[in-house]
Amino acid sequence: MAAMAASLRPYRSVFAMRFMLMLQYRAAAVAGFATQCWWGFIKVMVFAAFFRSTTGHQPLTLAQVITYTWLGQAFLVLLPWWGDPEVAEMVRTGNVSYDRLRPLDTYFFWYWRAMAWMVARVVPRAAMMFTLAAVILPIAGLGQWRLRMPASIEAATLFTGAMVLVVLLSSAILMLINILVVATMSERGANALATQLVTILSGSLVPLPFFPDWMQRFLFLQPFAGLVDIPYRIYVGNLTGAIAFAGLSQMIAWMVTLVFVGHWLMGRVLSRLQVQGG
Amino acid sequence: MPQIIVENLSKTYRVSERQPGAWGALKGLFARRYRVVEALRGISFSLERGELLGFIGPNGAGKSTTIKILSGILEPSSGRCEVDGLEPSRDRMRHVARIGVVFGQRTQLWWDLPVADGFNLLRDIYGVAEADYRRTRDEMVGLMRLERLLDQPVRQLSLGQRMRCEIAAAMLHRPSILFLDEPTIGLDAPSKLAVREFVKALNREQGVTVILTTHDMHDIEALAERVIVIGRGVILADKPFESLRTEVLTERRLFADFVGAAPDLIIPGATVLHREGNSIELSFDPAVISVPQLISRLSSDHDLVDIHIEQPRIEEVIARFYDLHGATEA
Repeated sequence: MAAMAASLRPYRSVFAMRFMLMLQYRAAAVAGFATQCWWGFIKVMVFAAFFRSTTGHQPLTLAQVITYTWLGQAFLVLLPWWGDPEVAEMVRTGNVSYDRLRPLDTYFFWYWRAMAWMVARVVPRAAMMFTLAAVILPIAGLGQWRLRMPASIEAATLFTGAMVLVVLLSSAILMLINILVVATMSERGANALATQLVTILSGSLVPLPFFPDWMQRFLFLQPFAGLVDIPYRIYVGNLTGAIAFAGLSQMIAWMVTLVFVGHWLMGRVLSRLQVQGG
Repeated sequence: MPQIIVENLSKTYRVSERQPGAWGALKGLFARRYRVVEALRGISFSLERGELLGFIGPNGAGKSTTIKILSGILEPSSGRCEVDGLEPSRDRMRHVARIGVVFGQRTQLWWDLPVADGFNLLRDIYGVAEADYRRTRDEMVGLMRLERLLDQPVRQLSLGQRMRCEIAAAMLHRPSILFLDEPTIGLDAPSKLAVREFVKALNREQGVTVILTTHDMHDIEALAERVIVIGRGVILADKPFESLRTEVLTERRLFADFVGAAPDLIIPGATVLHREGNSIELSFDPAVISVPQLISRLSSDHDLVDIHIEQPRIEEVIARFYDLHGATEA
């Protein structure tokens, strides 16, 4: 146990350092929060219009969709839309080689850094978004548009666990983007691809239950569902009991698989990485 | 047994090429053409513990490639390389824990962090025990005079200050070998002197083995007893710097001032390069006419005011050497 703690120390320090560093960027957090509010209101209004214009049975209630939307805005920066900008920068400047000079497993070195980057950015943004959507809106008399409490104690507990998994899963996906960035020596292609996949398949654009029925099985099983759809549906009480556990299990399975695949790919990519210069 | 053994080491890169223009770009999408660049073509040398080796050569000669292979970043295409009994690219994790590396053109310290925080992070990354870390850090801070820099973010440091911090950072885990790739590039004169003093102290007093690449021949003159000259991927010379100098350029210069106008001199073995007013500049070969002979010739026939003799400038020696071997980059 002591040996394991010692071997984790470098990664923990890397995490702590980047976390503290990222927390300093207050202006970026406020700007990001403003944009996320704006988009949040637009999405809520679009869904309200949709629910007014339809009489058919919908998979989620309007209140659930509104809560789902605000959660999405609060945790937006946990989504792996882009590779780690630090990795892109290292690829541009050739500093990747310095990271190979550290007596660390380069995959986990970058994995912990990516995790710190995401968590540090999400903390202030989520705090502001919860304050606005769950506290200020009701006070302002806009209670029907508010972010509601979790559906039950069980939902709250499972959601908390799911959010820890979201961070781990998202970092694993982000690492795959990083690896693509290193392999192609440019972040453009990898980022464009990731943004499309993540936006649509996570449920960030439209909650996945609103997609056609024949797609539902696939949508529930693919790795991006764990980033948004599964945890938020647990929160609003749409996924409960055995199905909620199935959702959490698929997140764990994907996380482990993607870490494994990423670790293997990284070894291959780095071994043929050629550092330019005489 | 030598600490570093390099045997017949080769490295080839495959560089993708594309023809200029839009049509070339389009063709490149379907059939990519590759050019093979031979960065190293079978180099061999060995280094004993505590040696200080200077690696010089024109741009593109293979210096950095050699450093990158020795530090475990690059895999050699063929040949053998062993450092302290380990094969760098195979045993990367164990190997890199024992070496220190500084690339003059790159930074290893975290740009936004104060220097001291960067040092602490390196302590954790290398797993250095707290007491050892404190001792080494204080020693390095003293040697490099970094006290005032520790609480400044790296991005606010001048290049000279940063390079001093970089070298100190590379020593925090007490490596027995230090690789320095162009550590004085772009530095002003006092910073260069400071870096040289520091490297010298590490090598002479602490017995750290140092491999240094540079384009600044004064680095070599000040530091390295042994020099490897590399050009187009092969070793052109591996010998003490002084013997390199005497082999390549025997010519010396003599500058003399006379009481009256400088005379028109005809001395065998010496040629007048420049004559103006009271001064004259001669080039001579000490093998044909020795310094005492030349001076006595001058002083017996003319009234001298001042006289001094110069060795050829070190840059000229090296440029001449590269020319002789056709080593300069095409």
